[in-house]
Amino acid sequence: MHRIEPAPVVKSVTVGAPPERAFEIFTARMGDWWLKTHSLTASGQKTVVVERADGGRWYEIGTSGEVKEWGRVLAYDPPKRILFAWQLNADWTFDPDFETEVEVTFEPTAEGGTTVRLEHRDLANYGAKAEVARASLDSEGGWAGLLGAFAAKAA
Amino acid sequence: MTYEGKVLAALADPTRRAIFEKLAKGRSSVADVARSLPVSQPAISQHLKVLKEAGLVSDEPLGQRRIYSIDPAGLGPLRQWLDRFWEDQLAAFKVLADSDEASGAGPRKPER
Repeated sequence: MHRIEPAPVVKSVTVGAPPERAFEIFTARMGDWWLKTHSLTASGQKTVVVERADGGRWYEIGTSGEVKEWGRVLAYDPPKRILFAWQLNADWTFDPDFETEVEVTFEPTAEGGTTVRLEHRDLANYGAKAEVARASLDSEGGWAGLLGAFAAKAA
Repeated sequence: MTYEGKVLAALADPTRRAIFEKLAKGRSSVADVARSLPVSQPAISQHLKVLKEAGLVSDEPLGQRRIYSIDPAGLGPLRQWLDRFWEDQLAAFKVLADSDEASGAGPRKPER
């Protein structure tokens, strides 16, 4: 059937560092800037690892050494672009069968800095999960889940 | 009709789904929508009314026209949460990227 896609989340930020450096910081040093409050580890986040190759893993490591998978690197193209598969479902659980895309591009600015643009897309995949549909139905105005319910009924 | 029922009914019609998808790509006037679909403007206005009543689209005046868009408040708590999440993360990234630059660390060679 015809599928309805929720609009992707698009964010951008301009930094003083040139693209090579911005890309390096974004990927190789993700653990240095990632907000530690957003972690799946029980012991607290020690660092984040982005394996620098197509098909690489994307995960975090807790201070006790436990590993929590986040997803994969679908395309590694320094210093222009990195494409992640974000595989945490709406319950914040890693699910190898669940996938949304996070694409990050690095564009040089006239001043020698970089505009970093992030797009989190395929959000309709969240709606395909029944539990998300239920959660969204409970909240007035949530339609990502409603679309999933619609897809199920219209199938 | 329940809220869910309204939304499902609104989207059950293929023309309304097509209108909704067009608006998902960008805000449009009735005339803009009419140009991209083989449907008359009055019919499109009627469909937009149903979509609006279901909370799926919102409209605002622009001169003598009305501009329709997908209602961002209707996108669901999860999407709103992700929006805020990435905003905060990019802000944190900027702090480090700018401080590194300010400390005089030069750019490294791009990797191959």
